[in-house]
Amino acid sequence: MHELSIVTSVVESVTESLANYPGARVLQVRLRVGALSAVIEDSLQFCYGIAIEGTPLAASKLVVNTVPVTVHCQACGRDGALPSLQHFHCPHCDAPATDVRTGRELEIESIEIEDAPEVVAP
Amino acid sequence: MTTRIVELRQGILKKNDELARQLRARFEAAGVLVLNLVSSPGTGKTEFLQKTLTALRQQGLRAAALVGDLETDNDARRLAASGVPVRQINTHGICHLEAEMVRTHLDTWDQTRPEDLDYLFIENVGNLVCPSSYDLGERIRVALLSVTEGEDKPLKYPTLFNSADAAIITKIDIAEAVGFDREAAIRNIREIRPGIRIFETSAKTGAGMPEWLDYLGKQCTKRLQRS
Ligand SMILES: [Zn+2]
Repeated sequence: MHELSIVTSVVESVTESLANYPGARVLQVRLRVGALSAVIEDSLQFCYGIAIEGTPLAASKLVVNTVPVTVHCQACGRDGALPSLQHFHCPHCDAPATDVRTGRELEIESIEIEDAPEVVAP
Repeated sequence: MTTRIVELRQGILKKNDELARQLRARFEAAGVLVLNLVSSPGTGKTEFLQKTLTALRQQGLRAAALVGDLETDNDARRLAASGVPVRQINTHGICHLEAEMVRTHLDTWDQTRPEDLDYLFIENVGNLVCPSSYDLGERIRVALLSVTEGEDKPLKYPTLFNSADAAIITKIDIAEAVGFDREAAIRNIREIRPGIRIFETSAKTGAGMPEWLDYLGKQCTKRLQRS
């Protein structure tokens, strides 16, 4: 299970970016996770609860947005969503699809923060 | 009290990805072919790698191996029998290798430098899920599957098989005994990764090894330049 490594990286990156917002509290962290990234959301959520303890993210919620797998077809030139993770074929012409365009993402999209009281935002 | 959204748009594994890019550039400059071997536990990966290393050494080629293992050095000791430099990466319970581990072990490996090698094999921790997310700077990712694991395994682990450059079916000497459906296995691998090179091998009988070694020979730029 590498979800713990992943959320640990998320907590580190978000904490680093908070340097620009002293005293701010994190309400929400939004991830973009590709359907082909081998990450299980339940495990992410479970590990997140552990990883945020005692950090500025302690009260935050993790939102995981799944990015579908899309492929570019060499045969018909079109892009489209993969019909199934067990069938790497073009959704239009059923040619074998080797050019995966999306679906491997593991990204922090954004965070929602609440500014600290009596601190003037930079 | 105001709340706001801050766009970050950054890769979660960007440190690993960046390090892997640096390693890949270094390996390319050194002309060493680096392969990352991924499989479940019990696939016979160590045995397969040992046969590969021994054969390369007999051909007068320079190979070395980094071996990821959760706690023990059993695999490293078995591989050392092939007579090539072998170094263990103890992950202390982490279920995959990361680029940082590869770099650290290479930097502190006396007398074994990528520049002096034709091949560097990285044997990943036995796991079909977690290693898929971590680029180690390899040029070729190899997914291994034994005939005892069932033909539908590629369908259950599409992330790994889709990111692989070559697939190895191991232990074909016992295929018949375990009722292995060869056609179904090959069809399933190609469902996930159309066009992938597949090698059907047995470390015991040596079947499939000449084809695999021939493939390795054609992928190694340093060897091609020498010949
Ligand atoms: Zn098409």
